[in-house]
Amino acid sequence: MTDEPDKPAFIEVRDLSKHFDDFAAVDSVNLKIEKGELFSILGGSGCGKTTLLRMLAGFESPTSGRIYLDGSDITEQPPYERPVNMMFQSYAIFPHMTVERNVGYGLRKDRLPRDEIDSRVQDILKLVQLESFAKRKPEQLSGGQKQRVALARALVKNPKVLLLDEPLAALDKKLREYTQFELMNIQDRLGITFIVVTHDQEEAMILSSRIAVMQKGRFEQIGRPKEVYEFPKNRFVADFIGTINTFEGVVQDARDGRVIVASDESGSSLYALSDDPPATGSNVCVAVRPEKIYISQGRPDNTEDSCLPGVIEDLGYFGNISLYRIRLETGKIVQVSAQNRQRTIDRALEWDDEIFISWRPRSAVLLTT
Amino acid sequence: MTEQTDIRPRQSWQRVTVAVPYLWLFIFFLAPFAIILKISVADPVLAQPPFTPSFGESGDLQITADNFAFLLTDKLYAITYLRSVVMAFMATVLCLALGFPIAYGITRASATTRNVLLLLVVLPFWISFLLRVYAWMGLLNTHGVINNFLLWLGVIDQPISMMYTDFAIYVGLVYSYLPFMILPLYATLERMDLDLVDAAQDLGATSTKAFWDITWPLARPGVIAGCLLVFIPATGEYVIPYLLGGPESLLIGRVLFDEFFVNRDWPLASAVAVVLLFLVVVPIVLLQRNLARDAEQAT
Repeated sequence: MTDEPDKPAFIEVRDLSKHFDDFAAVDSVNLKIEKGELFSILGGSGCGKTTLLRMLAGFESPTSGRIYLDGSDITEQPPYERPVNMMFQSYAIFPHMTVERNVGYGLRKDRLPRDEIDSRVQDILKLVQLESFAKRKPEQLSGGQKQRVALARALVKNPKVLLLDEPLAALDKKLREYTQFELMNIQDRLGITFIVVTHDQEEAMILSSRIAVMQKGRFEQIGRPKEVYEFPKNRFVADFIGTINTFEGVVQDARDGRVIVASDESGSSLYALSDDPPATGSNVCVAVRPEKIYISQGRPDNTEDSCLPGVIEDLGYFGNISLYRIRLETGKIVQVSAQNRQRTIDRALEWDDEIFISWRPRSAVLLTT
Repeated sequence: MTEQTDIRPRQSWQRVTVAVPYLWLFIFFLAPFAIILKISVADPVLAQPPFTPSFGESGDLQITADNFAFLLTDKLYAITYLRSVVMAFMATVLCLALGFPIAYGITRASATTRNVLLLLVVLPFWISFLLRVYAWMGLLNTHGVINNFLLWLGVIDQPISMMYTDFAIYVGLVYSYLPFMILPLYATLERMDLDLVDAAQDLGATSTKAFWDITWPLARPGVIAGCLLVFIPATGEYVIPYLLGGPESLLIGRVLFDEFFVNRDWPLASAVAVVLLFLVVVPIVLLQRNLARDAEQAT
């Protein structure tokens, strides 16, 4: 991050808004992205992520705010003048052109010499492993091949930024996993800044250097995947990324960074750590992820941990892990996941077993908003 | 063996479905055309029917090329054919120039507006064609609505003579055939993925270039269908030039009518019709071949 206030970051979005009639699709958003980042904008449908991407590409003009790229203001630039290319969710491959002509289209529009166009098209087709498909028509390609044509076409112009709208959404699961890593490799090799819009949190987590979680036209949190997952800023982010158990409560005591929360929902006192503890008596939420919770048949000795008695309501065996749904005395259901470390047929834990769940204070997230 | 008996009834049904359009074309196109062709090589006589039979009493073939030869000797026919084709061509170009933006605009409208606009395009068909052409007479007359309005506005102080001119024929042709251009164009444009145009612009094409690179080639099937639907009937159009055109703007539809009903020279009229058919068929065959070649390239 740059510290000079006036020098914009590689990509900088300042107070950017887009209104459709009375509806604010994007609501004064601020964003800084550094060169070479693989940045994801993550959100549900209608959160404004696609509108934001289309403003970066130049297809929508913002109602207010500015967009800077590499030191210059590109807010008013039409899409064909921006050093930015986009890979469309529908791939938008020109059906009346061969793979080769699709990929070379942008270079032809720049009126580059034919030899250069040919060699650059060949190079990029090699990169996406489609050399032998150069003369094919789009209708003869599979979904994965079309995706790679779209990627090659957007990359061949060597844009400063590549925008990707749900790049993997149309692929089946196996191909998606493979393509994720391929995308990361290509990004790494070319050093082009990628901005990916996605609704798939797993995809965002794996791909990105940083994630912006978006809701109702605003960013809820921007951070590295681990930050967003382990230190969600608010209930929306905690809930949107992964699975999390939340317990509403009131701060009873906060001393030396250790916060005690009286939670009726859990039927007990819960512990969390905080550098900036909320005032005693304020409403908070203690959130803890399923994999951070231990299950034990007896009450654990460690009194520092949050510990709650419960009954196994349901369990699911997934091979590598098992998922448990634990019913507390208050009736609340808590989700717990555990690695299956032992190789065994007989289960240690069964339906209706009375057990204790516990977690370390620092495994819990204290949410105030 | 059992397989064959299983398949046979389905195959015969398939044959029937394919046969129906062929039968239709045979009865309503090929057979009448054969009759016209037969009449075109006969001699006119004052009898009922007014042409000589193809075989004489002794069974000898009696056909003649006199009618076709006559079409060549009298320059009037060549000029009339040419004028008809040129007028139909111009009308087609005008329909395309007007129809494309309209069709394009309709595809970009919101779903509800789109339905209203499409309804407006086909609405004229609910009124008799003849009535609508008569309405244009009322509009274009020297003392018609348009002239009166312009006089009242003070834009002109003498009525413009629009009726009985080529201008009036063009107005009539374009007005009548525009829906036949708009509808096929709409059908192709509506299927087009709008992302394609965005993608072209994203890759460096201005909106004009994106139109010529993407929208226009993808709209071509619609353009060709629309042009054929306008050009073919406009070439042989009879009512519009007869009602709106002047006496000097003789078109082939009028010649055909006059030869049949005024001169009662059925063989010559048939020859006119046969030549007209070939004049119209040639461009169609060329266009179809063009389309087939494109389809082949696509695969």
